[in-house]
Amino acid sequence: MIRVAWLVARKDLRIEARSRVLLWQVVPFGAMALLLSGLALGPAHAGDSSAGPGLFYLVVLFVALLMINRSQVIESTPGTRASVATLGLDPAGVFLGKALALAIELWVTGLVLLAGTVLVLHTALHGAILALPSVLVTLAGLACAGTLYGALTAGGEGASTLLPVLCLPAFAPLLIAGERSFSAALGHGGLWEWWVIVLVALVAYGGVGILLYGVLEES
Amino acid sequence: MIRQLYQRLLGPVTLVLLALTIWLGVWVTPPDKVQGNLVRLLYVHPAIAWVALYVSFGTATIASALYLWRRTRSWVADRVAHCAMEVSVVFIILTLITGSIWGRPTWGVWWAWDARLTSTAILGVLALGYLALRRANDDPTLRAKRSAVFAILAAINVPIIHFSVQWWKTLHQGATVFTSNRTLLVHGSMAWTLLISFVGFTLLFFWLLRARYRLEVARERVERATLDAALSQRQREGAL
Repeated sequence: MIRVAWLVARKDLRIEARSRVLLWQVVPFGAMALLLSGLALGPAHAGDSSAGPGLFYLVVLFVALLMINRSQVIESTPGTRASVATLGLDPAGVFLGKALALAIELWVTGLVLLAGTVLVLHTALHGAILALPSVLVTLAGLACAGTLYGALTAGGEGASTLLPVLCLPAFAPLLIAGERSFSAALGHGGLWEWWVIVLVALVAYGGVGILLYGVLEES
Repeated sequence: MIRQLYQRLLGPVTLVLLALTIWLGVWVTPPDKVQGNLVRLLYVHPAIAWVALYVSFGTATIASALYLWRRTRSWVADRVAHCAMEVSVVFIILTLITGSIWGRPTWGVWWAWDARLTSTAILGVLALGYLALRRANDDPTLRAKRSAVFAILAAINVPIIHFSVQWWKTLHQGATVFTSNRTLLVHGSMAWTLLISFVGFTLLFFWLLRARYRLEVARERVERATLDAALSQRQREGAL
């Protein structure tokens, strides 16, 4: 399973490295969205660090939706799914590989956006560094959930519009918990209760993905 | 015999119990010491929420799991999951409406960003998403598998809703019928009304589920008949 996961992750990351969609499209989009969020708050409030975590995760949500869609699009070229199916790869490994590749892409984008939050929204650097572990775990949770939801909508009628409809409510607990733990790292409230939710969500989505991804591949 | 009895009695028994709930809740039970007459809404709201979150969503999740497990895979399980989820949407909306009506005079607002309210609303959107997902796939096997996986994923939200009042301690009150050590907090006519309401609304769910299931079977039959008619017409045209 681990070997398959590693192979699939490397394949997805190699496609990403060659196409440079992440570098030239997704990261600039995220940076622009973060900047516009600051503009929406207005000059008087844009430097209010308490808004930083919420806006960071709002932009992460947009970016994650783009990347989940992208992660499924690279599988939807004619014959790809059939070829993967005939290879007889362990579906749990395929799920873990796709989730890992998506998580790495989200981590890269997340780091850029975190730096942007410090620069544009004046979030305290020390708080942002403290929040980094929770951000990485939340993004890994989003990657697991996103890989599953991406596979659920792949190839369906209106897949690109259905994906946000399904993902937004499913992501909500993760995003809320991520935002609260980020805020806690900045000194607003307790940290551990939110960490627990992030970890439980990561384990739940990861576990369901390992168990059920095969069913989605079969179909 | 039992099946026939169930089919014949389910509707009338449900109606009697719901009528009894209204009669007891509105005319027989006394007003609450703190809430006054507002307490009468609580004879329906918790029962509706019970059906929405646990009975209907639980039925949809179990039926979905049965469909996904190869040994128990059947179209009956898929249909039950679909129909239970549709009924669940109705009950989740009713939960939010009755809660909102109670919240306005009690909390002063129709809606509050409370953990339980928000997580219940999220569950409602997930249930609607399930129905959207079913409509997005034409192939019945693909549709059944994908929606079954989605139902199981959506069910992760149910324990979050259940424990939200303990985890976050926001506006919505915690357990009010039993204490944490199983001591009953509601007594007399109030307790009986609540019990009848819970049974009545649970039976209403099964009644609606049965009706919706029969409708689904009829719809599939019509769909097949229409397809057969179109095919034979095509064959006749080809023979000419």
